Amino acid sequence: MIKFDQVGKRYPGGYDALRNISFAIEKGALTFITGHSGAGKSTLLKLIAAIERPTGGTVLIGNQNVSTLRRAAIPYMRRKFGLVFQDHKLLYDRSVFDNVALPLHINGIVGSEAAKRVRAALDKVGLLAREKAMPIALSGGEQQRLAIARAVVSRPAILIADEPTGNLDADCAADIIALFRSFHQVGVTVIIATHDAGGIIPSDAKVLRLDHGELRGDGGKTS
Amino acid sequence: MKHWLIQHREAFKLIIGRMRHTPLATLMMLGVMGAMLSLPAILYVSVDNLSRFSGGLESEPQITLFLDRDTKPDEVRQLDQRLRAHAAVKEYRFVGRENAWQELQKSSGLGDVTAGLERNPLPDAFIVRTSSADPAAMEQLQKELAQWPHIEHAQLDAAWIKRLYALLELGKKAVLVLAGLLGFALVAVIGNTIRLQILTQREEIEVSKLIGATDRFIRRPFLYAGTLHGLGGGVAAWLMLAGVLYLFNRSVADLAQLYASDFLLHMLGLRESLVLIAGAAALGWTGAYLAVSRYLSAIETD
Repeated sequence: MIKFDQVGKRYPGGYDALRNISFAIEKGALTFITGHSGAGKSTLLKLIAAIERPTGGTVLIGNQNVSTLRRAAIPYMRRKFGLVFQDHKLLYDRSVFDNVALPLHINGIVGSEAAKRVRAALDKVGLLAREKAMPIALSGGEQQRLAIARAVVSRPAILIADEPTGNLDADCAADIIALFRSFHQVGVTVIIATHDAGGIIPSDAKVLRLDHGELRGDGGKTS
Repeated sequence: MKHWLIQHREAFKLIIGRMRHTPLATLMMLGVMGAMLSLPAILYVSVDNLSRFSGGLESEPQITLFLDRDTKPDEVRQLDQRLRAHAAVKEYRFVGRENAWQELQKSSGLGDVTAGLERNPLPDAFIVRTSSADPAAMEQLQKELAQWPHIEHAQLDAAWIKRLYALLELGKKAVLVLAGLLGFALVAVIGNTIRLQILTQREEIEVSKLIGATDRFIRRPFLYAGTLHGLGGGVAAWLMLAGVLYLFNRSVADLAQLYASDFLLHMLGLRESLVLIAGAAALGWTGAYLAVSRYLSAIETD
């Protein structure tokens, strides 16, 4: 479903964020990308989600080559993914409900159909009672859940999360990971980047370990 | 198709909602644009009314020779022959006093004045067109003709109409220039408003792009905002113009009554009104499009 072949990403100025990355992620897999901060985890996720383009190698999503995608086709590519950003990127000038409704509006779904889906997503992450609240009134864990609800509301086949447990305590983090596992169990391909190698990674997950922009120990399971 | 309609309806609703959210700012904005647009519109209406007023008048300069009231028919014939032989006369016609009297009674506006007179006060007259339109040559001819026998008065008229026409031409050009300049200003004002809106919605635009919004989706509400602002500005200008004309017409009617005329300033016709309002909307769209193209590319995510 997702295939990287000798992918490199060099930023202007000559900095190589990623070098010679090759791996494949099967449909329906649960994958963790680990590594120290600055190892290139976020860059890797951005390459998968067609937010950035590789400067070398090929990235195949489904059967489409992201490197050669027309600019006008990129938005439609991005819609295949549910994205949970490291900094959430919630919109603080609108309610929880409206935040979750945004991806649906982009897809042209409005009205009662949209409301039904928004409530289903909020229910899934346990925020149904807070739909009228503003994001600023939510706790850190709740904001993370809101970001997840927005990512899953348009029922993407692939769910991508960048450091979803980054600044949560152990209990909250475990809840969030359990939430992602539940999506994995219903067939969603889940990819999570985390610097926190210990503890939170389930034993059945595939792990890609990045070190200074290069891949180490592809496919290994955590002990 | 349905999908497309929904997208447009949503963008429209969003912008109407935003405008209602800040009614004072929106009204101010529409007022400013209305005032800007009403200036060329007022000038246009003034020029239009002036040319309407002068439209019925003769535009070629001519010399009118009023004869002494006791001129005999054969003396008139002698004058006729002298005019025919004169080199500087291009054409001429005789207007008998009875004809002139009937014509005057028929012509609008002055009926009340003529009804008050018991007998025909008009003399016989020749109306002379000169072969040269040069004002100096015409003046010379007028002086010469005034010396002829049985001519009580030789009047060089309609020169002022020529000047009026020249002025009207100038006025029409001024309308175009003013409309062009203020149209440009309108594009700039709306562009700036849209730029500010884009800046305040920067986060939303960024997130929307990241999760798969097309450029078109992002542009659409801003284009609606620009078009609606322009439309509102056009309507505001029309209302201001109507108000100004109403105000003026009360004085114009008083003035016209003194001249026993029913002259009134005319409002823009249906077509001209549509041009004003549609033109304003188009300018709004243009301003928004320029701003959106310029500033959305600055918010690039790939």
